[in-house]
Amino acid sequence: MQFTSFLDSGRLTVALTGEIDHHCAKNYIQAISGKIEAYTPEVCVLDFREVTFVDSSGIAVVINALRGMSQIEGKLVLTGICEQPMRVFRASGIDKLVEIKEAV
Amino acid sequence: MKFENYMVLEFPSRSTNEAFARSAVACFASQMDPTLEELGDIRTAVSEAVTNCIVHAYPQDLGLITLRCRILKDNILDIVVKDQGIGIPDIEQAMRPMFTTGGTDRSGMGFTIMESFMTSFEIKSAPGKGTTVHMRRRLQKRK
Repeated sequence: MQFTSFLDSGRLTVALTGEIDHHCAKNYIQAISGKIEAYTPEVCVLDFREVTFVDSSGIAVVINALRGMSQIEGKLVLTGICEQPMRVFRASGIDKLVEIKEAV
Repeated sequence: MKFENYMVLEFPSRSTNEAFARSAVACFASQMDPTLEELGDIRTAVSEAVTNCIVHAYPQDLGLITLRCRILKDNILDIVVKDQGIGIPDIEQAMRPMFTTGGTDRSGMGFTIMESFMTSFEIKSAPGKGTTVHMRRRLQKRK
């Protein structure tokens, strides 16, 4: 698991990388919820530009981030999603629950 | 049924093998000249099936997972993922979207994704004996 994050005027951006499956999902979930709890941002952006593959574990990562942001009444945005992850998000319906933007 | 080519893999239920399994199937399927979308769908479905074995079939100990792929006529990729784990007591419940016994790091969407990404999907399970997932994907013939 590898990710970078930065905070800018209440906007937390977390850039994920590589393949997100069950093997690494738990670490991502914990790392993202740790950042949300620490910074209580108004907006959390999950940047998927460098993510080449997700399975349903990736959905769990998004759902957990959504839950964390809902608890602090913030907003979650997904950005830069490649074709394969987008197909998984569409099949699960998560694209209807979260705002999806192109790369910022 | 006659097959044109096949491969069988056996590996322990370690989570590092999720990436190995989906990559191995993608390599095998590449001889069928799949589109990137088809290959992505196949990798995703295999990842889901193998992850289920790792998370649910063998929750305490390591166990064996067998993965068999065959290329059937009419450009069909036939995939069987089999374990000898604890089995699924209620398949209908397990297949319900969002249902999971796996905790908050699971989404309960694995079966939904396998069903929607593959042309056919079948599951057989017996408590104490294990689970077999049988799925097929018909690949487009390219001109």
